[in-house]
Amino acid sequence: MAKMVPIPSTGLLTERDLGKAPILEATHLGIEFGGLKAVDDFNITVGRTEIAGLIGPNGAGKTTVFNLLTKVYQPTHGTILLDGKDTHGMNAIQVNKAGIARTFQNIRLFNSLTVEENVKLGLHNHTNYSTLEGILRMPKYWQEEKRAHERALELLSIFDMQDLADHKAGSLPYGAQRRLEIVRALATEPKLLLLDEPAAGMNPSETAELMENIRKIRDTFQIAILLIEHDMQLVMNICEGIAVLNYGKIIAKGTPEEIQANPQVIEAYLGKKKED
Amino acid sequence: MNYLKNMNKTTRSNMVTYLMVIVAFVIVQGMIATGSISSSLKGQLVPICAYVVMAISLNLTVGILGELSLGHAGFMSAGAFSGVVAAQCFSQNIDNPVIVLILAMIVGGIVAAIVGVLVGVPVLRLSGDYLAIVTLAFGEIIKGIVMNLYVGLDAAGLHFCMIKNTLEMDGGKMLINGPMGLIGVPRIATFVMGFVLVMVCLFVIFNLVNSKSGRAIMALRDNKIAAQSVGINVTSYKLMAFVISAAMAGMAGVLFATNFSTVVASKFDINTSILVLVFVVLGGLGSMRGSIIAATVLTVLPEMLREFSEYRMLVYAIVLIVMMIATNNATVKNALDGFARKFSFKKKSEKGENANG
Ligand SMILES: Nc1ncnc2c1ncn2[C@@H]1O[C@H](COP(=O)(O)OP(=O)(O)O)[C@@H](O)[C@H]1O
Ligand SMILES: [Mg+2]
Repeated sequence: MAKMVPIPSTGLLTERDLGKAPILEATHLGIEFGGLKAVDDFNITVGRTEIAGLIGPNGAGKTTVFNLLTKVYQPTHGTILLDGKDTHGMNAIQVNKAGIARTFQNIRLFNSLTVEENVKLGLHNHTNYSTLEGILRMPKYWQEEKRAHERALELLSIFDMQDLADHKAGSLPYGAQRRLEIVRALATEPKLLLLDEPAAGMNPSETAELMENIRKIRDTFQIAILLIEHDMQLVMNICEGIAVLNYGKIIAKGTPEEIQANPQVIEAYLGKKKED
Repeated sequence: MNYLKNMNKTTRSNMVTYLMVIVAFVIVQGMIATGSISSSLKGQLVPICAYVVMAISLNLTVGILGELSLGHAGFMSAGAFSGVVAAQCFSQNIDNPVIVLILAMIVGGIVAAIVGVLVGVPVLRLSGDYLAIVTLAFGEIIKGIVMNLYVGLDAAGLHFCMIKNTLEMDGGKMLINGPMGLIGVPRIATFVMGFVLVMVCLFVIFNLVNSKSGRAIMALRDNKIAAQSVGINVTSYKLMAFVISAAMAGMAGVLFATNFSTVVASKFDINTSILVLVFVVLGGLGSMRGSIIAATVLTVLPEMLREFSEYRMLVYAIVLIVMMIATNNATVKNALDGFARKFSFKKKSEKGENANG
């Protein structure tokens, strides 16, 4: 504990978010896997419209943090406040309904379904007709399906993917699959969007475009985005606040400038990078 | 024409399937009218319809939901026995056999659905092999229960007992007589009713699959964690698919049973479950059209092969292999799809195909 860099008490709130309550406040979050503390005493605060970054070497516990926030795993320690509300006792489904959506490091699309169907599944809880109305093709079904169809195309147009609507998700190239995951997550109308290595496997021009789009998403939807990423250029460019994780613990927090200048970060993370 | 243009690929494929069933029905009706149908085939028309419903309903569980169930005949049994008892009761007051059959099917469907809920709630927490094993056991348990069931009907109403026949009845008649099964069943099933049941079940399955609930069911087949991450309630959609599938099997059971004057419980055993699973796998997982064709061909075939006597099983095996190749080979599949497309709606601009409404 003593070695840790002091954490600013305000967390990572940007100026424009300072007046408002943070969207996410996780405190003392932790989980153990058979004695291994994969995440330990993890604290983070994310502002309402902030783009925040979570970085750290492989195996540091970043994905595990996402799994805790989205209740894929139940945390063994700590509390998560989403929009001021404790998510204790919620499951993955309830957390999504409460306002957290995510993408996965190892892509998890509905591969045998079309691109449009994938997005419509993101819209599932905002498509309002019952199973019976669906089977009997009541007017409500047609109305809501039409609305979902239009909304899906609208969301796909963020990444200029409308023309791929009828393609099977599993047949898309890697980069497009990552983008589709983001669209599907956005469709659930989250307040906080978690992106796990969104630029992984993308070429530099795709990454640059993604960077623009992440900003555009934040600006249009006025939501918070917390992202895990190894592409330092992307992270330093678009993140307003960054937390660095190593061996399950936060070793530094701050603005991109502060992180880049932090000796411990350089040692734990950037230093390693230089070697190879 | 605009409507057809706006139809997407799935809708068109569904239309082809409906059309196929209707055409087959019309042809058979024509054969019956002209007397050109063999008596053995005529006797199989109702069982074919029952097996088709069994196959498409199991395909909902196995192909669409993606869970392996080896106890589908158990639901057929629950439906058959409860439905026939209901039919016996109803026919005391209702003369019209069609109405009696419809009511019996509703009862059989509801009973099978209730059994589906009872089995599904604990079982659907399991997945893969565990689910297969438990459903297999369930099918045998249902058989065991029904084989020890005695039900009689007299002026005072229905009488039940288990294990040994201790019914004290005032005249009346036995409906279920333990190991002898259903006796004195009113033979009210007709080919027309079988056709109607097939169409209704197809309609429900197709419309379910093409709605938000169907998408959710397929989503949790493809990726459960991702489905949860977008707020889809995995357990309830699993149960929904499983119970709808069970209800349809129950109705198929009623149709099947009312085609014979006696039905024994062992008719709905593991062999029947596996046979229906063979229809589904051969027809292609998730393909209702394939299930219908496989169920029909493989039900008719053994009868037709009687003249081959000792070569019967050999020919049957060859047909199985050919069907498997035909339905699971991408090239053949694409060719068939392309053919079906051309066949159904000749002129279609590329644009219309992609626009999807
Ligand atoms: N379900 C699990 N069971 C056991 N160990 C796990 C599990 N999930 C993650 N871990 C361990 O937790 C550590 C952090 O993993 P992860 O969060 O995936 O790292 P990162 O995303 O930062 O690369 C690793 O040592 C990993 O092996
Ligand atoms: Mg990771």
